[in-house]
Amino acid sequence: MTAYLKLDHIDKIFTRGAATTEVLKDINLTIEKGEYVSIIGHSGCGKSTLLNIIAGLTGATTGGVLLENREVNAPGPDRAVVFQNHSLLPWLTVYENVKLGVDKVFARTKSKAERDAWVMHNLNLVQMAHARDKRPSEISGGMKQRVGIARALAMEPKVLLLDEPFGALDALTRAHLQDSVMALHQKLGNTILMITHDVDEAVLLSDRIVMMTNGPSARIGEVLEVPLARPRKRLELATNATYLKCRQRVLEFLYERHRFVEAA
Amino acid sequence: MEPAAAFGRPHPLKPENAMNMPATKIEVETAAPASVAAPVVAMTPRRPPRAEAYARMAKETAVRVIPPLVVIALLALVWELVCRRAGSALPPPSKVFKDTKELIFDPFFDHGGIDKGLFWHLSASLQRVALGYSLSAIAGIALGVLVGQSVWAMRGLDPLFQVLRTIPPLAWLPLSLAAFRDGQPSAIFVIFITSIWPIIINTAVGIRNIPQDYRNVAAVVQLNPLEFFAKIMIPAAAPYIFTGLRIGIGLSWLAIIAAEMLIGGVGIGFFIWDAWNSSHISEIILALFYVGIVGFVLDRLIAGLGKVVTRGTAQN
Ligand SMILES: Nc1ncnc2c1ncn2[C@@H]1O[C@H](COP(=O)(O)OP(=O)(O)OP(=O)(O)O)[C@@H](O)[C@H]1O
Ligand SMILES: [Mg+2]
Repeated sequence: MTAYLKLDHIDKIFTRGAATTEVLKDINLTIEKGEYVSIIGHSGCGKSTLLNIIAGLTGATTGGVLLENREVNAPGPDRAVVFQNHSLLPWLTVYENVKLGVDKVFARTKSKAERDAWVMHNLNLVQMAHARDKRPSEISGGMKQRVGIARALAMEPKVLLLDEPFGALDALTRAHLQDSVMALHQKLGNTILMITHDVDEAVLLSDRIVMMTNGPSARIGEVLEVPLARPRKRLELATNATYLKCRQRVLEFLYERHRFVEAA
Repeated sequence: MEPAAAFGRPHPLKPENAMNMPATKIEVETAAPASVAAPVVAMTPRRPPRAEAYARMAKETAVRVIPPLVVIALLALVWELVCRRAGSALPPPSKVFKDTKELIFDPFFDHGGIDKGLFWHLSASLQRVALGYSLSAIAGIALGVLVGQSVWAMRGLDPLFQVLRTIPPLAWLPLSLAAFRDGQPSAIFVIFITSIWPIIINTAVGIRNIPQDYRNVAAVVQLNPLEFFAKIMIPAAAPYIFTGLRIGIGLSWLAIIAAEMLIGGVGIGFFIWDAWNSSHISEIILALFYVGIVGFVLDRLIAGLGKVVTRGTAQN
């Protein structure tokens, strides 16, 4: 197996004054190019912390992140993030939000007209071209998340990092966006690392599911392969034996072996 | 965070929104009868919607204008009744109008010295405010960004600011007269030093409150510090900055009237003082009226500018 993204013995300890909390303990993971990997775990176990370490937004206490065998420890467009709460800049239009990243990443390699076309291309990918001149406050939550995805995709990241991208959406919109992301992954072949707390979402979308134990000192408890052929159809899978078995495995892990203990 | 509380809410734009609500309601009410009437005037199909629009606009304006006018009329009536009897210390509105008719109808005369029309006095005051306030806006935003951005600058400067901002405007005047040895720059300095504190403090709070998410976005996109300043910091903090600017313009106007009373020369403040010395009470009342109107317009100007600039940023 060829490691594209490699998490190497990552520990994370937060220190505030004299108090220290070890959030992550000895996280090792290798992800192949084009793979779709989900991280699932109970709230507060350190999923976001791990994603932020990969994105370079937080430093690991020990250990490191390797992308194509090179260590990365600062944020960059090669690891674009889709944030849980969309994080669109409210004073920019949909188009300008996507353009912000495109202008920086392709400042030298694309002409102005090419950059414009590229922004529109990515808005088209998420079916948001019609709203190009709207501001984030004028579009729905699902639409904002689509624009967030377009903004990340437009940077042509090596790895796309999704932090509970559909967490704040209603069930119907969520299903719709999951299908969109699946189609995009199929079409573009991105390497995707997604955080979720939704078991069905994890099984439906992922090639592998990384299950984390409860914090503090959360570790990777188990990694589950999801041997389902793509493209996957949500309705057909509902009765698929492999799907149900995978789902069962994750549920067992989360609710029997590592039941959520109410912290604080 | 506490400093902002001392200077009011961070979003100055809400009250207007609340004011709009009754107007929208009326819109709905007028729409129904007009559509019923439409078939009757079928020969000129374009007229009904227009007439409707005019009627709605007239009604909206009326709803806003009539209540304050009624209140003003009532107050003037009470004032007239109270002050009309002989021996009253203050003149009734009718006498004020009679005494100041010339000043009202000819604001542009210029007989040299300080014997000028009210337009010239107001414009002299406004020029001082424009200069002092512009300087304080520039310096205030710059210092606010510094204090909001750097923990050490905050630790060092914030206590100083908190003390300095409580000094009343006029207390600065003798010191600045000593330093500048001239009335004009002293007055401008007093405006500057009075209005800068809310601008600094609100800007700093705005910068400190930039959501981590926006900083993360900037980091992933790899904006350099200059781009971060222009594309994230200023727009994100704009609602706060405009709160500070709006408080600042109000304080500037307060300060200049008081300062001019002491430094003399052309200016609405000294006009009031001069009228007092010559016992022209009616002129004082007229001048106060103008001071109020100008202060109100200044406030609205900054609020309107803020509304345009922070369009989109304020909500969300
Ligand atoms: N800056 C910080 N300083 C101290 N502790 C922190 C910090 N950031 C996170 N933590 C702690 O680290 C733990 C993991 O937080 P994290 O946000 O990564 O959890 P999560 O798995 O993403 O949870 P959720 O599913 O609710 O988003 C939490 O207990 C949190 O209190
Ligand atoms: Mg999280």
